[in-house]
Amino acid sequence: MTAVSAPRVGAGGPGSGVDVARIREDFPILARTVREDRPLVYLDSGATSQRPRQVLDAEREFLENHNAAVHRGAHQLAEEATDAYESARERIAAFVGAMTHEVVFVKNATEGINLVAYAFGNASVRTGLTEESERFALSPGDEIVVTELEHHANLVPWQELCRRTGATLRWYSVTDDGRIDLDSLELTDRTKVVAFTHQSNVTGAVAPVDELVRRAQAVGALTVLDACQSVPHMPVDLHALGVDYAVFSGHKMLGPSGVGVLWGRSELLQAMPPFLTGGSMIETVRMEATTYAPPPQRFEAGVPMTSQAVGLGAAVDYLRLIGMDAVAAHEAELTRVALDGLRDVPGVRLVGPDNTTERGGAVSFVVDGVHAHDLGQVLDDRGIAIRVGHHCAWPLHRRYGIVATARASFAVYNTVDEAAQLADGIRAAQDFFGVGR
Amino acid sequence: MQLQQMYQEIILDHYRQPHGSGLREPYDAETHHVNPTCGDEVTLRVKLDDAAETVVDVSYDTLGCSISQASVSVLNDLVVGRSVADSMRILDAFQEMAQSRGKVEPDEDVLGDGVAFAGVAKYPARVKCALLGWMAFKDAVSRTPAAVSTAAVSTDAVSTDAVSTDAVSTEPGSADRAEKQDQKGPVG
Ligand SMILES: Cc1ncc(COP(=O)(O)O)c(C=O)c1O
Repeated sequence: MTAVSAPRVGAGGPGSGVDVARIREDFPILARTVREDRPLVYLDSGATSQRPRQVLDAEREFLENHNAAVHRGAHQLAEEATDAYESARERIAAFVGAMTHEVVFVKNATEGINLVAYAFGNASVRTGLTEESERFALSPGDEIVVTELEHHANLVPWQELCRRTGATLRWYSVTDDGRIDLDSLELTDRTKVVAFTHQSNVTGAVAPVDELVRRAQAVGALTVLDACQSVPHMPVDLHALGVDYAVFSGHKMLGPSGVGVLWGRSELLQAMPPFLTGGSMIETVRMEATTYAPPPQRFEAGVPMTSQAVGLGAAVDYLRLIGMDAVAAHEAELTRVALDGLRDVPGVRLVGPDNTTERGGAVSFVVDGVHAHDLGQVLDDRGIAIRVGHHCAWPLHRRYGIVATARASFAVYNTVDEAAQLADGIRAAQDFFGVGR
Repeated sequence: MQLQQMYQEIILDHYRQPHGSGLREPYDAETHHVNPTCGDEVTLRVKLDDAAETVVDVSYDTLGCSISQASVSVLNDLVVGRSVADSMRILDAFQEMAQSRGKVEPDEDVLGDGVAFAGVAKYPARVKCALLGWMAFKDAVSRTPAAVSTAAVSTDAVSTDAVSTDAVSTEPGSADRAEKQDQKGPVG
């Protein structure tokens, strides 16, 4: 089994926070320079995070010693590979308060949401399973509810499901400070699905999960949580949240790309028809018909990603050893520093809450007179990597009448000094383009 | 600092004072192009002379970064008053430079102020910004009535497929299809 060396955690007692300098030593990439010898300031972890040596080592160790196709073959390597894969599932499940068999490995969050949407679509045309899957069937007049701040990954698959089934898409709109406006929509007894993001990848706002779940349950709707931006940054207990499904991506939580998780309540996965079909997901196959394996195998057709799953297992070990409370506290401090810095720059308009209450570390903004793309270029010239554009949330940008925003986002390895450099970079861009001051 | 290499004074000047901006009548074709990665948009109109040989006007409305805005301003400078054939040659030269990763030495006689965008070519993420207006222009020219009817004729000529029942209309919307069938394209 892969031994995971401990991350470098702060030596002090509770409240002393994380020792960022020591954590950074685990991330070789953070030591490099960019654009003519500028130290890299990586403020784009919301798009993808960097990976510590412990994750890279776990993948390499697996490939050098245990690699084989999992759940197949009677040889020793196959056994070891299967153990490594299933052990990763177990640790990832524990990390988010889930039961092991409720965790389905997928390619990324996008695939996870599509899996649910296609499974519901299959139930709607009565393919796949038995009477129990009737509960997922949608017909014209039924409603799927999302919010206006969703990432395209949690919007387009539902639009498509509506198109295929004749269901109607409805959405909560957002408030001026980038939160879900709970007053903007009433669910009805035709509402079958409520899908929303735990933490916006643009505004940083954390959704009122309890209230949204309460409302959905009151009308008998299923809830789907996009946890892409929450699981990497705060303690998450999926059972305690009360949602029915959740998805997240490995590459945003210090883990590899090419692996993500769909979590679903046991009894729901049990009743749900498959999305992809083929090898591995079957129970018996005859020329005439096939029966399906129980979850999670039912939803993992074909030979799955393996070293990536092992790497994700190492990533959650790493995060667990730091402690998600400590991660959240540190990132809240980074967010506070960034927000304080932006507040002092004239001509900067924040898109999202301007304090750290119920808010994570995606900090998006526009600068009067400097297009986000140009701002990103000036920051890049200083070694600061941010994201510019609509961050796959075009309807949200349209809602605010803007084409593009600049976004800084943090991870546990960022320093307070890095967060503070954001404001300096914006001032430099204003000077360069002769605006603002 | 590499920034100045990319944002040459010429680019910043065009950005602050774009040449020929705004949408004008009359026009032969209008296109709307977006850059889906960043949301930049351009609406562009082309007016040709009666013989459809000379570009009489290029008018436009853009939402976007300095590079995309300056580039469409330079486009206006370079093609208005030129023949359609020359315009397409300039466009090809601009596109070649922009996509060259900085390896093509631009010809100032052909590209005028456009040579200032050579620095942009080193930043792959910004190449689309520089080309947005130019692609909208190319598309608009191909949608002018003259180009559409030429394309229709040439499509007919190459269409030896007896079962093809696809009538070629002269509506602008069909230009795309006609162009795809006839890879030579309607102009140039
Ligand atoms: C909130 C949110 N949802 C979904 C996604 C999609 O993640 P992936 O591209 O890994 O499937 C992202 C990533 O940008 C995100 O931030």
